[in-house]
Amino acid sequence: MSVHHLKSKTLSSQAVGQAIGEAFRKLNPRWMMHNPVMFVVELGSVFTTIDAIRLLAAGNDSLFSFTLQISIWLWLTVLFANFAEALAEGRGRAQAQALKSTRTETMARRIGQGGKIEVIPGTQLKKGDRVVVAAGETIPSDGTVVQGVASVDESTITGESAPVIRAAGSDTDAVIGGTRVLSDEITVLITTNPGETFLDRMITLIEGARRQKTPNEIALAILLAGLTLIFVVVIMTTEPFAIYSGKAVSVTVLIALLVCLIPTTIGGLMSAIGISGMNRLVQKNVLAMSGRAIEAAGDVNVILLDKTGTLTLGNRMATEFVPMPGVEEKTLAQAALFSSLSDDTPEGQSIVGLAREHFGFSETAENLPGAEFQEFSAQTQMSGVDYAGRQIRKGSAMAISHFVENQGGQLPAQMTHEVTRIGRLGGTPLVVAEGNTVLGVIYLKDVVKPGIKERLQALRESGIKTVMITGDNPVTAETIAKEVGVDDFLAQATPETKLSYIKKEQAEGYLVGMVGDGTNDAPALSQADVAVAMNSGTQAAREAGNMVDLDSSPTKLIDIVEIGKQILITRGAMTTFSIANDVAKYFAIIPAMFIVMFPGLQALNIMHLTSPESAVLSAVIFNAVIIPLLIPLALRGVSYRPAGAAVMLRNNLLIYGLGGLVLPFVGIKLIDLAVTALHLVSLHP
Amino acid sequence: MTVPGVLGILVFVVVLILIAKPIGLYLYAVYDLRKTWLDPLMRPLERLVYRISGVNEDREMRWTEYFLAILAFNLIGFVVLYVLLRIQAALPFNPAHMKDLGPHLSFNTAVSFMTNTNWQAYGGESTMSYFSQAMLMVQQFLSPITGMGMILAFIRGLSRRNANTLGNFWVDLTRTLLWVSLPFAFVAALVLIALGNPQNWGPYITAHTLQGGTQIIAQGPVGMMNAIMQLGDNGGGFFNMNAGHPYETASAASLMFQLILGFSIPVGLTYYFGKVVKDTRQGWTILGAMLAMFLAGTLIMYHAEAVGNPLLAHLGIHGPNMEGKEVRFGPALSSLFETSTTAVSWGSTAAANDSLTPVGGLVTLFNMMSGEVIIGAWGVGLLGMLAFAILAVFLAGLMVGRTPEYLGKKIQSYEVKMAVLALIVPTFVILGLSAWAVVSKGGLAGIYNPGPHGLSEVLYAFSSGVGNNGSAFGGLDAASPFYTWTVGLAMLFGRFAMYIPALAIAGSLVRKQAVPESAGTFPTHGVLFAALLIATVIIVGALVFFPALALGPLAEHFALWSGHLFGGGA
Repeated sequence: MSVHHLKSKTLSSQAVGQAIGEAFRKLNPRWMMHNPVMFVVELGSVFTTIDAIRLLAAGNDSLFSFTLQISIWLWLTVLFANFAEALAEGRGRAQAQALKSTRTETMARRIGQGGKIEVIPGTQLKKGDRVVVAAGETIPSDGTVVQGVASVDESTITGESAPVIRAAGSDTDAVIGGTRVLSDEITVLITTNPGETFLDRMITLIEGARRQKTPNEIALAILLAGLTLIFVVVIMTTEPFAIYSGKAVSVTVLIALLVCLIPTTIGGLMSAIGISGMNRLVQKNVLAMSGRAIEAAGDVNVILLDKTGTLTLGNRMATEFVPMPGVEEKTLAQAALFSSLSDDTPEGQSIVGLAREHFGFSETAENLPGAEFQEFSAQTQMSGVDYAGRQIRKGSAMAISHFVENQGGQLPAQMTHEVTRIGRLGGTPLVVAEGNTVLGVIYLKDVVKPGIKERLQALRESGIKTVMITGDNPVTAETIAKEVGVDDFLAQATPETKLSYIKKEQAEGYLVGMVGDGTNDAPALSQADVAVAMNSGTQAAREAGNMVDLDSSPTKLIDIVEIGKQILITRGAMTTFSIANDVAKYFAIIPAMFIVMFPGLQALNIMHLTSPESAVLSAVIFNAVIIPLLIPLALRGVSYRPAGAAVMLRNNLLIYGLGGLVLPFVGIKLIDLAVTALHLVSLHP
Repeated sequence: MTVPGVLGILVFVVVLILIAKPIGLYLYAVYDLRKTWLDPLMRPLERLVYRISGVNEDREMRWTEYFLAILAFNLIGFVVLYVLLRIQAALPFNPAHMKDLGPHLSFNTAVSFMTNTNWQAYGGESTMSYFSQAMLMVQQFLSPITGMGMILAFIRGLSRRNANTLGNFWVDLTRTLLWVSLPFAFVAALVLIALGNPQNWGPYITAHTLQGGTQIIAQGPVGMMNAIMQLGDNGGGFFNMNAGHPYETASAASLMFQLILGFSIPVGLTYYFGKVVKDTRQGWTILGAMLAMFLAGTLIMYHAEAVGNPLLAHLGIHGPNMEGKEVRFGPALSSLFETSTTAVSWGSTAAANDSLTPVGGLVTLFNMMSGEVIIGAWGVGLLGMLAFAILAVFLAGLMVGRTPEYLGKKIQSYEVKMAVLALIVPTFVILGLSAWAVVSKGGLAGIYNPGPHGLSEVLYAFSSGVGNNGSAFGGLDAASPFYTWTVGLAMLFGRFAMYIPALAIAGSLVRKQAVPESAGTFPTHGVLFAALLIATVIIVGALVFFPALALGPLAEHFALWSGHLFGGGA
């Protein structure tokens, strides 16, 4: 079972059942105190419950019924919030459970003093130990391969069934505890202590047990607590004003107003939004080492993308045959085809494909009798075929020049010109010759991944600068950069230039995100604000990054940025919604509170709620039920499409700001109609 | 409402928009140390001030030091004024033989003038000697400068990057006094005298009326005092009747001039702000939000006053509510003036607020309770509005998918903590003291009108104190020990509870690097942001007073229209 296979349904009945139980357990005041907003609601529930009991004892039946109902809905408000949190946590816990089941007890063969091998439980391994792992054995803990090469099955972690190669001294020397060696034998240097392994950290993170609030969550929590405090004072001073005006307001009604005014919607859903954001990342097979990193992902405004594999397919493809003067294009294409028939590299296959596509050739390696294929070798820098007395070769301009000149041929001026031109355009020129005659040049081009251009455009519209990293020379880099549509590029990139580029951007106030795998990426990764290390990479890269991509997909960074933004948007939308809700609640409760003293205030009852009691109860019910109604949105995140901030702000303000202003008027009115129809409380105006 | 009335109000708003840029540019030249035409005169004076006081004008201050400088400056002003008022009778320039002031009143007045509140628990012409009036005038010059220093430091916090310091308060003080207060007030005084203000140091004149009675006509250096009172948004007038007195406001032209004078610096500051942060749209957006609320408030009040009192209409007396209004000004100008005085945290009044219709009174309360951010006094109004902008950005900013930033500066826990503090304290003080007043013996004894109107009076007094506004609703025994002390405390809290967190925010922001603007940046300019800002001011800033207002002006309004009255005076 792997994380991969855990894209479980949002709500299974079992998960809901567990979350309900958890919601009650979370009523423990010690737990509630972490969330001041909901703690105030819990206190309010206690007070109204006491008030209800007092009224029951006093035999005040009608007021008892009202107070009891308010009290029930206040308890429900707390429970709904706890439920939301428990549900989000439950999803993470299910994912963690699956991982735990893979963490079986393994025995390790440790290389002891003097090279003697001793067998100890894997849990006793410490940092710095060396162990030997042979085919069929499970790697006992995280480490680096220091000797040997092996194929390893990492499907427990990544869900990918194809084995990966782990070799000492390479960029893929990191192994993860819990994965299995399929072939050969390796010596592993253990790099973590028990309880701190990758798997352990993963489980902790997913479970959310030690979830730390992110900086923005802390700031928002402060604001929400501050607003709560203000409303507590507002409510406490309302009583003296009411007494001055002739009649005290009941404690229950005051508490009802307080709970309606404090930001319970966002207060109740905030942690669920954060936890489910983390879960969404896990579903994308990304592990964030901290919530801070996910938040930074939303803020990133410069991302560094490797050219090869991320922006381009990584293989150069033939796109054009350029014949020399006096040579037919078809002649050149045929020669190119013949020279490439046995060439299995993607480049070679693309030449075959292009020639067949343009001129309909049907020859294959099998139906060229007597053909002697010349494989590419590092020495000759050429490949080709000797067939029917023809010597056809293709290769770099340098190699073919030698080949032609050795046979007494002349190099056409046009050749040099074309080679330079193609080079400048970012392509790779391959020269084709037959005997001592140069036939022409094949234009091999970096092919941009389909759809990547649009994605970069979307990123640009949302204000993110994209930077292409490449080892190519600046001229080539510029051409590809233009074609892909990145904002900037870093040519002939080395670890040092990458690092200094990141530092330069950060000095200007940008937050930088990047993906890396090799050990030499580590300095840049630890400098970047969002650093995604590929799981296929080295331990050093993984330590330096603040996220690990289990799929080792270079475009994952873009997904991560989008998830980061989505979490922030969801949190902001709920906050705005929650605060905008207050307006309607004032208009529901304030006339109800004071109408006894000043009948004229009935004019403020713009929703025409039936009676003071029905108005207060309806507002409290609305305030409670809005939480479960918004749980799906909190868990899923509000829909996000990359767009400019101005457009996004306008749309979201319209939906969550204006919506938050209007919706409660409608909602409270509808609930009041129901309360009235069911005669739940006194309907005496 | 009449067409000329509405047009007059609209023209006034247009004039404010027109003067914002030139004044803003002048302020920019003054504080950004560019050339002004006053330099040849003022620069030598400035150097002299620094030489005498030993101030090094190149030395900058961190926020804590800047605050301590402000505090020291205010404390000295308070102590000097307190002592002078206590020994007034022994001091010169006292032709009317005014007595010493008691400790309560001296405390209240000294706090009031130190905090630029200019709450007057006394009647000027019947309490103060010319010497005391002159000392009050000195404070009227000095106290607005504190607010100016605050906003200069705050804007520097927003605009500077990776820095530590917010400027030098002594330099800001000196330059404001020499380049802004003195020259503006000088010109304004000349204009006001030309428009009919008396200006002399002679004794009061005793006149014999036709009926044979005697009447004492108070006079004095009115033009001079009036100029700085209006320019500095002080509001502590020479006469108890304030701007309604013919010697303070001889004509409608004089009234309009005084209004523009009061708005001039605060309005100019919004443009100055945009100029310093290198994006004038930011300043215009803030000004737009302020003026939209100002215009709405003015028109609502004008409408209520023009409709008048329905109970009088039943008696066959039709027309606008003229109780407590100068006949010369009528409902339109009076509404404009009273909205202005509460919006600009000014406190000068041309009509009796106590006699406004409940809705009119509600507008004045709203203006003050929302934190005096609708234009507001020198610096502090803009400061409050920028604090609301930070809150608005924090609340809604996440919706663009980035953690909140204002003008490139990330808004994080520390800033939020301080902004919340700046929001909480005024609310606590207004509501807490008002609640205490309406259930305590001392508080209740000072309320002259029973029922909701009495509550409005109490709320007004503390809102005015906290907002450092200084205008009075009236109908309250402001000179009683209970109110002199509680309002005095309100003034102190209103001032300093706002200043410390505001400077702390500036001190934190100034250290930050700014995130460069891009398509992903939350736009803090334009109509949408102005609307968001207004919504934040109303929902977060003002609606918390809804329960109190419902029992005060709203209850009174609906009762009035259903023919219900609340008994006689106390």
